[in-house]
This record gives sequence, structure tokens and C-alpha cells, in this order.
Amino acid sequence: MNRALRLLRRRLVGSVFVLLIVVVGTFFLLEAAPGDAVDAYIGSIGGDAGLAELLRQRWGLDQSTGTRLAAYLWALLHLDLGHSVAFSRPIRDILLERLPNTLLLMGSATALSFFLGSALGIVAGARPGSFRDRFLSIGSLALYAVPGFWLALVLVIVFAVDLRWFPIAGIETIASGKTGLARAADIIHHLVLPVTALGFIYLALYLRMMRAGMAEVWRQDFVLALRARGIPRRRIVLAHVARNALLPLVTMLGLQSAQMLGGSVVIESVFSVPGLGRLAQEAVTARDTPLLLGIILISAVLVVVINLLVDLAYAFLDPRVGASEAGA
Amino acid sequence: MSAAELSPSRSPLLSVRGLTVAYRGSDASAIRDVSIDVLTGECLAVIGESGSGKSTLALAVAGLLPASARTTGHLEWPGLGRAALGGSDIGFIFQDPAASLDPVMSVGRQVAEVVRTHLGLGWREAYGEAAELLARVKLPERTFDAYPHQLSGGQKQRVAIAAAIAARPRLLIADEATSALDTIVQAEIVALIARLVAEDAMTLLFISHDIALAAQIADRIAVFRDGQLLELGTTAEVIGHPRHDYTRMLLSSHIGLDVAPMLAAPR
Amino acid sequence: MSLRRFTRTPEAVAGVVVLALLAIMALAAPFLFPGDPQSIAGPALVRPFQDWAFPLGTDRLGRDVLAELFHGARTSLAVGLAAAAASLAIGTIVGTLAGFAGGIVDEILMRITDAFQTVPGFLLALAFVSVVGPSLGVVVIAIALSAWTGPARVARAEVLSIRERDYVASARVAGMHPLAIAFREVMPNALPPVLALSSVMVAGAILTEAALSFLGLGDPNRVTWGGMIAEGRAVLRTAPFLSIAPGVMLVFTVLGVYLAGEGIVENSAVKRGLA
Repeated sequence: MNRALRLLRRRLVGSVFVLLIVVVGTFFLLEAAPGDAVDAYIGSIGGDAGLAELLRQRWGLDQSTGTRLAAYLWALLHLDLGHSVAFSRPIRDILLERLPNTLLLMGSATALSFFLGSALGIVAGARPGSFRDRFLSIGSLALYAVPGFWLALVLVIVFAVDLRWFPIAGIETIASGKTGLARAADIIHHLVLPVTALGFIYLALYLRMMRAGMAEVWRQDFVLALRARGIPRRRIVLAHVARNALLPLVTMLGLQSAQMLGGSVVIESVFSVPGLGRLAQEAVTARDTPLLLGIILISAVLVVVINLLVDLAYAFLDPRVGASEAGA
Repeated sequence: MSAAELSPSRSPLLSVRGLTVAYRGSDASAIRDVSIDVLTGECLAVIGESGSGKSTLALAVAGLLPASARTTGHLEWPGLGRAALGGSDIGFIFQDPAASLDPVMSVGRQVAEVVRTHLGLGWREAYGEAAELLARVKLPERTFDAYPHQLSGGQKQRVAIAAAIAARPRLLIADEATSALDTIVQAEIVALIARLVAEDAMTLLFISHDIALAAQIADRIAVFRDGQLLELGTTAEVIGHPRHDYTRMLLSSHIGLDVAPMLAAPR
Repeated sequence: MSLRRFTRTPEAVAGVVVLALLAIMALAAPFLFPGDPQSIAGPALVRPFQDWAFPLGTDRLGRDVLAELFHGARTSLAVGLAAAAASLAIGTIVGTLAGFAGGIVDEILMRITDAFQTVPGFLLALAFVSVVGPSLGVVVIAIALSAWTGPARVARAEVLSIRERDYVASARVAGMHPLAIAFREVMPNALPPVLALSSVMVAGAILTEAALSFLGLGDPNRVTWGGMIAEGRAVLRTAPFLSIAPGVMLVFTVLGVYLAGEGIVENSAVKRGLA
């Protein structure tokens, strides 16, 4: 585990820098927004120019850019993300409230796309060039071309409106009074369509990567050696070819997490899942830029954490990782 | 084992009859009309330069030719009474030890995998058997959990040998098994193969471009050129009285080659 | 690139045909459907294939769906191509600078690239459009901001392998300005693998534009397929066709880009193999 710890320490240092850049970037985006927090405040509460002047002084908005950036960083260091005008609540509280729903949706969709995608990729990659391979390749390309929000709407039309198998929106039945397992089942019922919509888009990616990776592994000499040892084809496919081709997919899992957070915006909007993505849409509609940037920050942190976990998983799966730096 | 024991009365394990292999997309045949017997218990060296077709012969015997290969002729296994199965009847050692092991599986597991496949054991017993096999090829115990990248070329080749003999095959094929290794390691690996072949009473098909190396280990030598069998005889005959100019040329290309010590080299 | 070799795979042919049809749609839109496609053309919610004045019917506000689809093709293709070109340009410049300069410049540029990859691209585009205000140009820039990192990494990797070559060394000896070497000698040679990303970039840009429009962040003065789908949502139960049709157009467009793109990549791989 030493190897993994070394890796983790190095990545952590890099991540801090990256997050610092993100923070500075969001600060300037906030600066670029027309109007400031005071305008927004007065817009929603009401007040005259005198009050605005007073508030600007109190909130330090009349200071220089550098001072305000320092104040912004200082506040972030205390996990203070500011105040949402649209919700009249601290941004941090709103984010923490919405985060679990997004994690649930993303986690399930990631699991679906990764496992189903790589499984189908193995089916396609087991015999490169076969009918199954071509069918799955073209099918996955078509799936890859489908806009997530549109797939979501089609799923709604078919399975919620026509067939009435699943609820149209929300994450659970409102005021159902359900608890424990019944509540969990209710949430799962609500999540089937959003998870399918979000997961299927990325499923195609994993399918194609697994297939391409396996095609590459098949060409390697050790596969011939395995055949020479009389290892059954099924085991060669699963335990060796797919196992080797799995490694880049794991890396992709980390890279994809940012994409999926972006994708969850439209999916959560379509299904009214009260997560970060829907919150982003609400922030845009309400022109609540600080809230929007808060969402960006927490997303960036989430992506960094996911990538760290993926790095650890990779180190576990690939014995070669970090071997060269063992002496360092 | 002396040449006298290798009288024709000794039964062939494998009979190759009129074997021709051509690869699609290439006009020339890789091997052309080759007929040769591999006798039970012998060590037959197949000698030739690259492109002579010796590796194609090895792959054809083991049933490992690529899908693009077109084959005519027969392979018969009188010594088995049935077609040979890769892994269980034939062990195959490749040239590049680095390329014959799965990079992300521990070497112990890779050996155990062969044991499990052919001896019908569970993983636990297979692991035990694999550990013994690694000991037989003189690898320290700790290599069991090592990954290929942690081993030297010679160690990797020992693992590959352990995997090749794991199912107690009748025929061991070593296809340029030492040419990717440096001279000292090469000698160790040849000695190891010779010892294992003797201990398990295996038949050895030793493919090499190096006639001197082959002479150290072989009972008989077959010389290949341009896909055809040029000359076949006991090691003493081929080294001592080569019938073909080509064989003489192969011999003389070994600078300072002295036939006598070559023949006397311990086996 | 010879057309014959390019059209060797049926998939690539299909992709090219689809793209050609879309290009014709986009170019013909102002002639076939002159006037503002966003203006009311007839009664609301005419079903498709009922009234030949409106072959594909009308939407909730009585706008001609077929005209909207044609004009939407213009927006999708224009934004897709422009945003992809911008992403590739930014990425290539940043990647070339990072790879060629090395050292601290490389370190800083790559950390910035990391930062951009850490922020979900779609959220960034959303925030940018939301802050600056939706217009075609802003949408293009927003998409480029969210998509330039891939090309940057590819360009940097390629530049790293090129910068030690002989002709670069001789340019140095000849006293050429480093920036001139970077952009005149190195960058053109680093382009092929970057350009191989084109189809993925165009496809991604079209999808991002559609999603932004769907959330109401498209250019309000233009018809977009994403906007049409959002419009159709209001009558999803009674007139699902309004949401389905523009989506089908999107799928065909993106699929066409992918298929044609794979054909190009395969073709150039063949060419490189022969060279």
C-alpha cells in the first residue's frame, strides 16, 4: 500500500494547485458578471442608492480586486461560499443538501455505464470483426450521438407517459410518509429513468473503449502464449484480454466524472431531481451567479476527489504503476 | 542418451507428412512439403536462419498458426494415438519471455492457471502445484507473487518454462527460447530445459538459429532453408559430416568453432 | 485524400451523405423558408402529415416545424463548426506553447489545463453564457472554453516529440525567434493528430449547444433544435412529435459527423501506413 500512498501524496499536492486556479477563475467570472451581490440583494429586497453604498462598504465590495480576492479566498478557507439571494440561504447549506442526490444519481449512472458498457465491450471485443462486434460498434456510436436530455425526454414519453411504469419526475413521492426500505424502493423507482438516461450516454463510451482496448490486447504476444498453454478461450477473453483492456477504462472513469456532472444538469432538469445539476439550472434562471459558481467549486472538488480515488484503484489494478519511482 | 539408442526402431511421437504452410497475402510458402518424424524421448533440434520456416513448423505442430495461414499435409501423433492438445500434450516456450506473460497477473497465478486448466484442480491445489513448479525451475519462493515487470529476462523465461511444463506435456517445443537472453543466462536456461526434459522424460523440439547451441542439447539436427528440410541426421553426423554446403556454411559462421568440444559439451 | 479511398467503408459513405444533406438543408433554409422561422405561420399544433402547407405540422405557437428544422440545421452546423474550430485553435496554441517552452511555462499552462478539466465543461459553458448573456458568439466561446483541453494535451504531446528533431535544431542555429520556430516550424507538424480530433469536437460542440439551448441559454434570436425540444416539452403528452423530431435531427447530425470522422481518421491512418 506504500506505493499507493506515495502516489496519493503527490497527486494531492497537484490537486491543491489546480483547485486554487479554479477558485481564482471563478472569482474573475463572478467579477465579470454584470451587477454585484448588492445589486442582487437590493433587487430582491428593495432599497435605495444610499443603502447600496452602505452595503458595498460593509461587504467590502468597494475594495480593490486584490483585496476582494483575498477576502474571497479567506472566506472559502472557512468553507463560506457566500449567500444565495435566490434561496435566501447560505450557499454551502444548499449545496450540501443537494449533493447526496447528485452523488446517488451519478454513482448509479456511472456503475450502469461502466459495468454494462464494459460487459458489452467484452462481448464485442471477444471476436473482433464478428457480426456481434460490428452491430455493437455501430449501435454504440448511434447511442453516443444521442443528446442526453433528448434521450431523457424519449424515456419519459415511452415509460412514464405512455406505459406509466415509472414516475415522470422527482426523486421520491412527496409527503408519502414512507420510511426505511419502502422509501428506498420509492427512490429507486424514481431514479430508474434518470439513471438510465444518464448512464446510457456514457455506456457507449465504455463499450467502445473496451472493444478498442481488447482489439489491441489481442495483438499482443502473450495471448498466443496463453493459447499455447491451452487456456480456454473464455478464460483468455475474460481473465486476460478484458482484464488488460480494463485499465484505460478505469482512468476514463475519473476523466468522465466531470463530464457526467455536466450531463447531470440536463438530466436532473428533465426529471426534476433536486441535485446540483438542477440547482445549476435554477441558479441560471434566477441569475444567481454566486450560487452557480459555488456549484462549480463543489463540482471541481468532487472531480478531484473522484480522480484521487480512481488513481488509487488504478494503482491497485495495475501492478506496474509507481514501480519505477519505488526508489525515489 | 546416445545416438545408438535413437535407432529408427524407436517409435515416433509425431509424424509430419507433406506439410505446406502459406500465409495469405504472401506468394511464398513459409514451409514447403516438409516430412519429418519426432521420435519419442529424443531431442530434435531444428536449425535455420530467420525466414527458413523453422518457427512456422513449430507453430504448426502446436496448432498456433494465425488464421491467415493456409495449411496442407498431415500431422499425426502415433505416440499419443490422437491429436495433441496445446498445453496438456505440448508445452511451448517462446523467444521473448517478456511477451509471453500477462503483464498484470502475478506469475504464480499464471502458472497455476495452466495447472488448473489441465489437471482439473481447484485454485488452492493449483497454487501449491505452481509453487512447486517455480521451485523446479529454480525460482525463489517470493517470485510467486511477483509480476512480470519485477523479474529479469532469465527469470521470466523460467516462469514461462514452468507454465509450459505445468501440465506434464509429452512434447516440449522451445522456439528460440534463449536468443533474447545474454550468453550466461542462455546457458543456464538451456541446461534447465535439458534437465527438465530428462527428469520428465519429455520429447524436445528445439528450434534455434544457433547450430552450436543446438549441438549441445540435441540428439538429432534438422537443417531448414527457405521453408524446406535440407538435411536431417544425428548431431554427430550433421556436425561432423555435413552433407550440404549450407550446413557447412552455418557451421563455419561460428568463428573459431571447434566441432569436437561442441560434441563433448556436457548435456 | 482521394475520394475513392475515403469512401471505402460504407459507414463513412453514410456519414458523408448525411452531412451533405444537412449542409444542403442549412444552405437552402433561407430560400425554401424565407422570412423569420420564429414567426407565427398558421394555427397552433397542426399534426404532422395533415396539412401540406405545414408538412411536419406546427408547434404550440403555430410556427412551421419544417422551417424551424431547416433553420435549426444552420445554427447547429454553424455553432458546431465554429466552436470546434475555436477549441482546436486555442488547444493547439496552448499545447504548442507548453510543449515548446517547457519548464515553468509548461508547468503553469498544464496546471491551467488541469483546472479546466476539473471543472465540468458543461457547467463552465453554462456559467459563462449565463454571466455574459446568450448570443451565438458567446455560445461558441463558451463551448470552446469547455472543450479546448483535449486538443491542448494532444498538441503538447506531439510538440514534445517534434521539438528535438533536426529541422527544429537547425532553425535554432539559424537564429530564428523561438516563437517563430514554435508556430512556423513545430506547430504545422503537430497538427495532424490534433485535427484527428475534429469530428469528436464538432459532435461534442453540437451536443453542448443543443443542451444549452434546451436550458434556455441559446441565442434567443435563432431557431435551435435544443430550443425546439424544450418548447415541445410543454406539450409532451399531447404532441410528443415536437420534441422527438428535432432530437432525431440532432442524432443524425452527430452520427453523421462521427461516421465521416472515423472514415477520415481511418483514411489518414492508411495513408500514414503507406508513407
